[in-house]
Amino acid sequence: MAIVIIGNSAAAVEAIEAIRKVDRSVPITVISDEPHSAYSRPLISYLLAGEIKPGQIYYRPKNFYEKNGIQTFLGKRVVKTFFKEKAVQLENGEKISYDRLLIATGGKPFLPKMEGLDKSGVYTFTKLEDAKKISLALRDAEKAVVIGGGLIGLKAAEALKKRKIEVTVVELADHILSLTMDETASSILEKALKKEGVHLITSNTVEAILGDGHVDSVRLANKKLIKTQLVVLAIGVIPNVDPFKETSLHIEKGILVNERMETNVPDVYAAGDVTQAYDKILKSYRTIPIWPNACLQGKIAGYQMAGNKKYQYEGSFMMNSIEVANIPTISIGLTNPPQDNGFQVIKKFDRGSDVYRKVILRGDAIVGAIFTGHIERAGIITGLLRDGVKVKGFKKELMSEQFGFISFPKALRKERLLNLK
Amino acid sequence: MKRIFVKEEVCIGCRLCEVHCLVEHSKSKNIFKAFKEENPRALPRIHVEEKGTLSFSLQCRHCEDPYCLEACMSGALYRDKKTGAILHNKEQCVGCWMCVMVCPYGAIQRDLNGKKAASKCDLCVGKETPICVMKCPNEALEYREG
Repeated sequence: MAIVIIGNSAAAVEAIEAIRKVDRSVPITVISDEPHSAYSRPLISYLLAGEIKPGQIYYRPKNFYEKNGIQTFLGKRVVKTFFKEKAVQLENGEKISYDRLLIATGGKPFLPKMEGLDKSGVYTFTKLEDAKKISLALRDAEKAVVIGGGLIGLKAAEALKKRKIEVTVVELADHILSLTMDETASSILEKALKKEGVHLITSNTVEAILGDGHVDSVRLANKKLIKTQLVVLAIGVIPNVDPFKETSLHIEKGILVNERMETNVPDVYAAGDVTQAYDKILKSYRTIPIWPNACLQGKIAGYQMAGNKKYQYEGSFMMNSIEVANIPTISIGLTNPPQDNGFQVIKKFDRGSDVYRKVILRGDAIVGAIFTGHIERAGIITGLLRDGVKVKGFKKELMSEQFGFISFPKALRKERLLNLK
Repeated sequence: MKRIFVKEEVCIGCRLCEVHCLVEHSKSKNIFKAFKEENPRALPRIHVEEKGTLSFSLQCRHCEDPYCLEACMSGALYRDKKTGAILHNKEQCVGCWMCVMVCPYGAIQRDLNGKKAASKCDLCVGKETPICVMKCPNEALEYREG
């Protein structure tokens, strides 16, 4: 038996740890096109901002691979797979055989069709190298334009702002964080960001990046020009399925996986941002490119590959925690339900303190929530959503900042406090 | 592993568990200094919920398969190999609040006094019995296997 893992981020790390809980000796090989030990991609914005020490980005101990007996091929790209003969091939032609293969190649930045993408001074922002390159480029930059007002774009913008760069964020939708937040939550964050000095342009987009070799400005759809020495593309991430496009793997947006993280190809598993898996709230297969989901899927894949079949994937859902301009905010599940009778929305907004709380119900079950300004104990709501708990009888209490187990009926409280996870 | 359990029927809501937890996690471990002199002031890692005559305290359940460990993208949360307790390395924490988002017990809180970081029960590392259990005047808190 030999296990090969392509990828070296959250899903891969969790898979390794799960495999080693079951099997101390099965050979594990990790192949990654990045030359680094496992690091936390979400930490790159903290690194760029100068909020963490350079070494802090490596979120596992230095001896992680050694301790777990892992053979590594770091800085090596898989270019071809041979599922019938159970092998993968590297750029240099070397073939590596597997008995079980885990594809954990993560996501990659979505690149729009845009004039001037090839100019120097244009960066994406998902990997450690991106943060390093941008950091160097800041020496000669005073202004930056971030294309995309989602999570990555805003974290990039805040990091640049902390590095004393004048930042403009351009967002196509009419409010920032349009995929995860609603207009009320976004307006709170927009106001705070503007107060911090970040320029926000919504309902607009960059149609061209201009400059002679190096970027010197961008042109918006409304023909307005913005001077800049730096452009960060943060429109979104898509599954990194490039090495597998010509294979028999079943791929729609991402690689489709079942509850055991198996793909349609025998002994080939996939986990993390590269997958398309069941969303228990939307009741469909979709990409859920968030850290906790990558870890969960990686862990399940690890256990399954090592022979512990107890761990299965019950489906996940979107959730994000992001602090923008010192305002903490959490969004869970379906935050903008379709306008029909199937959903009930309860919300509370205190304009004075900018505290906003919203819960979306389908029948008596919570299917989504937004917390802005006050996020304390939001996890209790996440737990109720995750487990499909009926909240009939204490719906009103959901709006209270004091919401807790005290709000539950006694039987439910006992059940949830005594049946420990 | 041993965990802290609360008997809500006998909890009187005195909040002494919170007081002693704060002191135990202060620099001086002196009740007066911890409350009146230390800045930043320590946070209690146990939380009393109260409504009318019903009250009980709650802290990290030190889950066998915790959501917080999966969500922690900074590597700050980890399991202590010896005791099984879920511990938190404040230095590594960046305050992303993913753990706050996923903990189904609402047992991780934000500590905004001093360095912004998550804060949670550590079962009083090194003590045979956690301080909240020792100091509960009505034996509403138990430390036992379960």
